[in-house]
Amino acid sequence: MHEMGITQNLLNIALDHAQRADAVRINSLTIVVGELSSIVDDSVQFYWDFVSQGTIAEKAQLKFKRIPATMRCAGCGQTAPLDRQTYTCPVCGGSSLTVASGDEFFLESIDVDLADSSPVPGSKETSHARD
Amino acid sequence: MPEIEVVEDIMSVNDRLAAQIQGQMDAAGVLGLNVMASPGGGKTSITRRTIEALKDEVRVGYMDGDVVEIDAQHIARLGVPTTLINTGGDCHLDANKVNLALPRMDLSAIDLLVVENVGNLICPAAWRIGAHLNVVIASVPEGSDKPYKYPAMFRGAHVLILNKIDLLPYIDFDLDYFRHGIEVLNPGLEFFPVSAKTGEGFDAWLDWLRAQVAVKKAAVSA
Ligand SMILES: [Zn+2]
Repeated sequence: MHEMGITQNLLNIALDHAQRADAVRINSLTIVVGELSSIVDDSVQFYWDFVSQGTIAEKAQLKFKRIPATMRCAGCGQTAPLDRQTYTCPVCGGSSLTVASGDEFFLESIDVDLADSSPVPGSKETSHARD
Repeated sequence: MPEIEVVEDIMSVNDRLAAQIQGQMDAAGVLGLNVMASPGGGKTSITRRTIEALKDEVRVGYMDGDVVEIDAQHIARLGVPTTLINTGGDCHLDANKVNLALPRMDLSAIDLLVVENVGNLICPAAWRIGAHLNVVIASVPEGSDKPYKYPAMFRGAHVLILNKIDLLPYIDFDLDYFRHGIEVLNPGLEFFPVSAKTGEGFDAWLDWLRAQVAVKKAAVSA
Protein backbone atom coordinates (compact mmCIF):
# COMPACT_ATOMS: atom_id res chain seq x y z
CA MET A 1 0.00 0.00 0.00
CA HIS A 2 1.38 3.38 -0.95
CA GLU A 3 -1.15 5.21 1.17
CA MET A 4 1.10 5.13 4.22
CA GLY A 5 3.81 7.26 2.64
CA ILE A 6 1.28 9.58 1.09
CA THR A 7 -0.43 10.07 4.42
CA GLN A 8 2.90 10.96 5.99
CA ASN A 9 3.49 13.60 3.30
CA LEU A 10 0.03 14.95 3.85
CA LEU A 11 0.66 15.28 7.57
CA ASN A 12 3.97 17.08 7.06
CA ILE A 13 2.44 19.62 4.71
CA ALA A 14 -0.54 20.23 6.98
CA LEU A 15 1.64 20.64 10.08
CA ASP A 16 3.97 23.00 8.22
CA HIS A 17 1.15 25.28 7.17
CA ALA A 18 -0.54 25.10 10.57
CA GLN A 19 2.68 26.09 12.28
CA ARG A 20 3.18 29.07 10.01
CA ALA A 21 -0.32 30.24 10.91
CA ASP A 22 0.28 29.70 14.65
CA ALA A 23 -2.51 27.13 14.79
CA VAL A 24 -2.84 24.99 17.88
CA ARG A 25 -5.11 22.38 16.34
CA ILE A 26 -6.03 21.06 12.89
CA ASN A 27 -9.68 20.09 12.70
CA SER A 28 -9.94 18.96 9.11
CA LEU A 29 -8.10 18.78 5.81
CA THR A 30 -9.63 19.21 2.37
CA ILE A 31 -7.85 17.08 -0.20
CA VAL A 32 -8.49 17.33 -3.92
CA VAL A 33 -8.19 14.01 -5.73
CA GLY A 34 -8.57 13.54 -9.46
CA GLU A 35 -10.18 10.39 -10.77
CA LEU A 36 -7.06 9.47 -12.77
CA SER A 37 -4.56 9.99 -9.99
CA SER A 38 -4.68 6.35 -8.88
CA ILE A 39 -4.32 7.40 -5.31
CA VAL A 40 -6.34 7.48 -2.16
CA ASP A 41 -9.10 5.32 -0.96
CA ASP A 42 -10.77 4.94 2.38
CA SER A 43 -7.69 3.40 3.90
CA VAL A 44 -6.12 6.86 4.02
CA GLN A 45 -8.24 7.84 7.02
CA PHE A 46 -7.03 4.69 8.74
CA TYR A 47 -3.37 5.54 8.12
CA TRP A 48 -4.08 9.14 8.98
CA ASP A 49 -5.40 8.25 12.42
CA PHE A 50 -2.17 6.32 12.95
CA VAL A 51 0.41 8.82 11.68
CA SER A 52 -1.28 11.88 13.17
CA GLN A 53 -1.25 10.50 16.71
CA GLY A 54 0.36 12.86 19.18
CA THR A 55 0.34 15.81 16.75
CA ILE A 56 -1.98 18.81 16.62
CA ALA A 57 -3.69 17.05 13.71
CA GLU A 58 -4.71 14.02 15.73
CA LYS A 59 -8.29 12.99 14.98
CA ALA A 60 -8.59 15.58 12.21
CA GLN A 61 -11.17 14.72 9.61
CA LEU A 62 -10.10 14.11 6.01
CA LYS A 63 -12.48 15.55 3.44
CA PHE A 64 -12.00 14.43 -0.13
CA LYS A 65 -13.05 16.52 -3.10
CA ARG A 66 -13.14 14.12 -6.02
CA ILE A 67 -12.52 15.62 -9.45
CA PRO A 68 -13.94 13.57 -12.31
CA ALA A 69 -11.83 12.76 -15.36
CA THR A 70 -12.90 14.93 -18.28
CA MET A 71 -11.76 15.22 -21.86
CA ARG A 72 -11.66 17.82 -24.60
CA CYS A 73 -12.62 16.62 -28.05
CA ALA A 74 -10.65 17.92 -31.03
CA GLY A 75 -13.58 16.97 -33.30
CA CYS A 76 -16.45 18.86 -31.77
CA GLY A 77 -14.62 21.09 -29.31
CA GLN A 78 -16.69 19.90 -26.36
CA THR A 79 -15.46 19.21 -22.86
CA ALA A 80 -17.23 16.23 -21.32
CA PRO A 81 -16.72 13.35 -18.89
CA LEU A 82 -14.09 10.88 -20.06
CA ASP A 83 -15.58 7.55 -21.06
CA ARG A 84 -13.18 5.25 -19.21
CA GLN A 85 -14.03 2.21 -21.34
CA THR A 86 -13.41 3.65 -24.79
CA TYR A 87 -11.73 7.06 -24.46
CA THR A 88 -14.05 8.34 -27.20
CA CYS A 89 -16.09 11.53 -27.16
CA PRO A 90 -19.57 11.01 -25.64
CA VAL A 91 -20.88 13.96 -27.68
CA CYS A 92 -19.76 13.24 -31.24
CA GLY A 93 -18.13 9.82 -30.96
CA GLY A 94 -14.79 11.24 -32.06
CA SER A 95 -11.60 9.61 -30.88
CA SER A 96 -9.20 12.54 -31.00
CA LEU A 97 -9.25 13.65 -27.37
CA THR A 98 -7.03 15.09 -24.71
CA VAL A 99 -7.50 14.70 -20.98
CA ALA A 100 -8.76 17.95 -19.46
CA SER A 101 -8.91 17.03 -15.77
CA GLY A 102 -8.48 14.13 -13.41
CA ASP A 103 -4.78 14.22 -12.44
CA GLU A 104 -5.24 16.51 -9.42
CA PHE A 105 -3.77 15.54 -6.11
CA PHE A 106 -3.20 18.33 -3.62
CA LEU A 107 -4.02 19.60 -0.17
CA GLU A 108 -6.43 22.46 -0.75
CA SER A 109 -6.93 23.79 2.76
CA ILE A 110 -6.88 23.02 6.44
CA ASP A 111 -9.37 24.06 9.06
CA VAL A 112 -7.59 25.07 12.26
CA ASP A 113 -7.91 26.60 15.71
CA LEU A 114 -5.55 29.51 16.26
CA ALA A 115 -3.50 30.11 19.37
CA ASP A 116 -5.32 33.31 20.01
CA SER A 117 -8.87 32.05 19.89
CA SER A 118 -10.55 35.43 20.44
CA PRO A 119 -13.40 35.45 17.95
CA VAL A 120 -12.97 37.53 14.83
CA PRO A 121 -15.48 40.39 14.91
CA GLY A 122 -18.52 39.72 12.81
CA SER A 123 -17.93 36.00 12.42
CA LYS A 124 -19.15 33.18 14.61
CA GLU A 125 -16.77 30.31 14.92
CA THR A 126 -19.51 27.85 14.04
CA SER A 127 -20.39 29.67 10.84
CA HIS A 128 -17.96 27.69 8.73
CA ALA A 129 -19.99 26.19 5.94
CA ARG A 130 -19.98 22.45 5.39
CA ASP A 131 -20.55 21.19 1.91
CA MET B 1 -12.21 27.85 13.06
CA PRO B 2 -10.34 29.62 10.29
CA GLU B 3 -9.75 27.86 7.06
CA ILE B 4 -6.17 28.19 5.84
CA GLU B 5 -5.61 27.89 2.13
CA VAL B 6 -2.75 25.50 1.37
CA VAL B 7 -2.91 24.33 -2.28
CA GLU B 8 0.25 22.27 -2.10
CA ASP B 9 0.91 19.15 -4.09
CA ILE B 10 0.88 16.23 -1.68
CA MET B 11 3.88 14.69 -3.43
CA SER B 12 5.87 17.94 -3.17
CA VAL B 13 8.35 16.74 -0.52
CA ASN B 14 9.18 13.64 -2.54
CA ASP B 15 9.27 15.64 -5.77
CA ARG B 16 11.77 18.15 -4.38
CA LEU B 17 14.14 15.37 -3.38
CA ALA B 18 13.63 13.72 -6.77
CA ALA B 19 14.62 16.99 -8.45
CA GLN B 20 17.81 17.06 -6.36
CA ILE B 21 18.69 13.52 -7.39
CA GLN B 22 18.08 14.42 -11.01
CA GLY B 23 20.37 17.41 -10.58
CA GLN B 24 23.18 15.13 -9.38
CA MET B 25 22.71 12.91 -12.42
CA ASP B 26 22.61 15.92 -14.74
CA ALA B 27 25.86 17.22 -13.30
CA ALA B 28 27.49 13.85 -13.92
CA GLY B 29 26.02 13.54 -17.42
CA VAL B 30 24.11 10.42 -16.42
CA LEU B 31 20.76 9.51 -17.91
CA GLY B 32 18.41 7.89 -15.37
CA LEU B 33 15.71 5.38 -16.24
CA ASN B 34 12.88 4.39 -13.90
CA VAL B 35 11.69 1.03 -15.20
CA MET B 36 8.17 0.08 -14.15
CA ALA B 37 5.91 -2.86 -14.97
CA SER B 38 3.44 -5.32 -13.52
CA PRO B 39 4.95 -8.44 -12.01
CA GLY B 40 5.70 -10.80 -14.88
CA GLY B 41 5.59 -8.05 -17.49
CA GLY B 42 9.19 -8.72 -18.42
CA LYS B 43 10.86 -5.90 -16.56
CA THR B 44 13.97 -7.88 -15.76
CA SER B 45 14.31 -9.62 -19.11
CA ILE B 46 14.04 -6.31 -20.95
CA THR B 47 16.46 -4.66 -18.57
CA ARG B 48 18.92 -7.51 -18.94
CA ARG B 49 18.72 -7.59 -22.71
CA THR B 50 19.11 -3.82 -22.87
CA ILE B 51 22.16 -3.80 -20.62
CA GLU B 52 23.70 -6.73 -22.47
CA ALA B 53 23.32 -4.95 -25.78
CA LEU B 54 24.69 -1.62 -24.57
CA LYS B 55 27.34 -2.45 -21.99
CA ASP B 56 30.29 -2.41 -24.35
CA GLU B 57 29.54 1.08 -25.63
CA VAL B 58 27.68 2.70 -22.73
CA ARG B 59 28.78 2.60 -19.08
CA VAL B 60 25.68 1.29 -17.34
CA GLY B 61 24.82 1.18 -13.63
CA TYR B 62 21.91 -0.79 -12.26
CA MET B 63 19.82 -0.26 -9.14
CA ASP B 64 17.38 -2.92 -8.15
CA GLY B 65 14.31 -2.01 -6.14
CA ASP B 66 12.66 -5.33 -6.64
CA VAL B 67 12.01 -7.67 -3.77
CA VAL B 68 13.86 -10.53 -5.44
CA GLU B 69 17.61 -10.28 -5.19
CA ILE B 70 18.08 -12.74 -8.03
CA ASP B 71 17.59 -9.98 -10.59
CA ALA B 72 20.53 -8.00 -9.29
CA GLN B 73 22.76 -11.07 -9.31
CA HIS B 74 21.93 -11.74 -12.95
CA ILE B 75 22.79 -8.17 -13.90
CA ALA B 76 25.95 -8.17 -11.77
CA ARG B 77 27.15 -11.14 -13.78
CA LEU B 78 27.13 -8.87 -16.84
CA GLY B 79 29.94 -6.94 -15.20
CA VAL B 80 28.07 -3.70 -14.54
CA PRO B 81 27.97 -1.97 -11.15
CA THR B 82 24.78 -2.90 -9.32
CA THR B 83 23.26 -1.96 -6.01
CA LEU B 84 20.17 -3.03 -4.16
CA ILE B 85 17.66 -0.51 -2.90
CA ASN B 86 16.08 -1.45 0.37
CA THR B 87 12.37 -1.23 -0.39
CA GLY B 88 11.40 -2.07 3.17
CA GLY B 89 8.66 -4.26 1.74
CA ASP B 90 7.01 -1.24 0.10
CA CYS B 91 5.10 -1.45 -3.15
CA HIS B 92 7.10 1.30 -4.83
CA LEU B 93 10.38 3.19 -4.76
CA ASP B 94 10.44 6.79 -3.70
CA ALA B 95 13.04 9.54 -3.93
CA ASN B 96 14.19 8.94 -0.38
CA LYS B 97 15.00 5.27 -0.94
CA VAL B 98 16.88 6.03 -4.14
CA ASN B 99 18.72 8.87 -2.42
CA LEU B 100 19.91 6.48 0.30
CA ALA B 101 21.20 4.02 -2.31
CA LEU B 102 22.82 6.69 -4.50
CA PRO B 103 26.13 7.01 -2.57
CA ARG B 104 26.80 3.36 -3.43
CA MET B 105 26.73 4.15 -7.15
CA ASP B 106 29.67 6.07 -8.61
CA LEU B 107 27.93 8.45 -10.99
CA SER B 108 31.23 9.53 -12.51
CA ALA B 109 31.80 5.96 -13.68
CA ILE B 110 28.52 5.54 -15.58
CA ASP B 111 26.53 7.13 -18.41
CA LEU B 112 23.23 5.38 -17.86
CA LEU B 113 21.56 4.45 -14.57
CA VAL B 114 18.81 1.87 -14.85
CA VAL B 115 16.58 1.73 -11.78
CA GLU B 116 14.27 -1.23 -11.68
CA ASN B 117 11.19 -0.32 -9.70
CA VAL B 118 8.97 -2.68 -7.72
CA GLY B 119 6.65 -4.77 -9.92
CA ASN B 120 3.40 -2.86 -9.67
CA LEU B 121 1.46 -0.63 -12.08
CA ILE B 122 -0.32 1.53 -9.55
CA CYS B 123 1.87 2.77 -6.72
CA PRO B 124 5.14 3.67 -8.48
CA ALA B 125 3.23 6.06 -10.76
CA ALA B 126 2.80 8.55 -7.93
CA TRP B 127 6.40 8.64 -6.77
CA ARG B 128 9.16 10.37 -8.69
CA ILE B 129 12.61 8.97 -8.00
CA GLY B 130 14.77 11.46 -9.88
CA ALA B 131 15.06 9.50 -13.11
CA HIS B 132 14.80 11.43 -16.39
CA LEU B 133 12.68 8.86 -18.13
CA ASN B 134 9.84 6.76 -16.79
CA VAL B 135 9.92 3.58 -18.82
CA VAL B 136 6.68 1.64 -18.53
CA ILE B 137 6.59 -1.94 -19.71
CA ALA B 138 3.29 -3.55 -20.62
CA SER B 139 3.01 -7.01 -22.10
CA VAL B 140 0.67 -8.64 -24.56
CA PRO B 141 -0.74 -11.30 -22.17
CA GLU B 142 -1.79 -8.55 -19.74
CA GLY B 143 -4.40 -7.40 -22.24
CA SER B 144 -5.02 -4.34 -24.37
CA ASP B 145 -7.10 -2.56 -21.73
CA LYS B 146 -4.11 -1.68 -19.51
CA PRO B 147 -4.14 2.04 -20.47
CA TYR B 148 -7.83 2.16 -19.53
CA LYS B 149 -7.35 0.42 -16.18
CA TYR B 150 -4.17 2.17 -15.03
CA PRO B 151 -4.31 5.66 -16.54
CA ALA B 152 -1.92 7.27 -14.03
CA MET B 153 0.97 5.00 -14.99
CA PHE B 154 0.55 5.83 -18.69
CA ARG B 155 0.00 9.54 -18.03
CA GLY B 156 3.38 9.74 -16.33
CA ALA B 157 5.34 7.59 -18.76
CA HIS B 158 8.00 8.94 -21.13
CA VAL B 159 8.55 5.66 -22.90
CA LEU B 160 6.27 2.69 -23.31
CA ILE B 161 7.57 -0.73 -24.20
CA LEU B 162 5.06 -3.37 -25.21
CA ASN B 163 6.71 -6.69 -24.52
CA LYS B 164 5.97 -10.22 -25.71
CA ILE B 165 4.75 -9.19 -29.17
CA ASP B 166 5.78 -12.68 -30.33
CA LEU B 167 2.52 -13.77 -28.66
CA LEU B 168 0.31 -11.44 -30.72
CA PRO B 169 -0.81 -14.20 -33.14
CA TYR B 170 -1.99 -16.37 -30.26
CA ILE B 171 -3.61 -13.89 -27.90
CA ASP B 172 -6.66 -11.71 -28.33
CA PHE B 173 -4.89 -8.37 -28.03
CA ASP B 174 -6.40 -5.32 -29.76
CA LEU B 175 -3.35 -3.27 -30.68
CA ASP B 176 -5.44 -0.40 -32.05
CA TYR B 177 -7.43 -0.17 -28.84
CA PHE B 178 -4.21 -0.23 -26.83
CA ARG B 179 -2.58 2.46 -28.97
CA HIS B 180 -5.69 4.63 -28.85
CA GLY B 181 -5.60 4.43 -25.05
CA ILE B 182 -2.03 5.65 -24.81
CA GLU B 183 -2.54 8.29 -27.50
CA VAL B 184 -5.37 9.87 -25.46
CA LEU B 185 -3.55 9.64 -22.12
CA ASN B 186 -0.15 10.66 -23.35
CA PRO B 187 0.01 12.06 -26.89
CA GLY B 188 3.30 11.45 -28.64
CA LEU B 189 4.54 8.93 -26.07
CA GLU B 190 7.58 7.01 -27.36
CA PHE B 191 6.31 3.53 -28.11
CA PHE B 192 8.39 0.42 -28.75
CA PRO B 193 6.72 -2.95 -29.37
CA VAL B 194 9.32 -5.62 -28.63
CA SER B 195 9.87 -9.23 -27.74
CA ALA B 196 12.48 -9.81 -25.07
CA LYS B 197 12.39 -13.45 -26.14
CA THR B 198 13.14 -13.11 -29.85
CA GLY B 199 14.76 -9.68 -29.77
CA GLU B 200 12.25 -8.30 -32.26
CA GLY B 201 11.86 -4.54 -32.01
CA PHE B 202 14.92 -4.09 -29.79
CA ASP B 203 16.99 -2.26 -32.38
CA ALA B 204 14.58 0.66 -32.47
CA TRP B 205 14.47 0.89 -28.68
CA LEU B 206 18.25 0.62 -28.32
CA ASP B 207 18.93 3.20 -31.01
CA TRP B 208 16.56 5.61 -29.34
CA LEU B 209 18.10 4.99 -25.92
CA ARG B 210 21.66 5.43 -27.25
CA ALA B 211 20.63 8.79 -28.66
CA GLN B 212 19.17 9.88 -25.29
CA VAL B 213 22.35 8.88 -23.47
CA ALA B 214 24.44 10.81 -25.99
CA VAL B 215 22.32 13.94 -25.55
CA LYS B 216 22.65 13.79 -21.77
CA LYS B 217 26.39 13.29 -21.98
CA ALA B 218 26.83 16.10 -24.49
CA ALA B 219 24.91 18.47 -22.23
CA VAL B 220 27.51 18.17 -19.46
CA SER B 221 30.58 18.55 -21.66
CA ALA B 222 29.11 21.55 -23.47
ZN1 LIG C 1 -16.59 15.27 -29.79
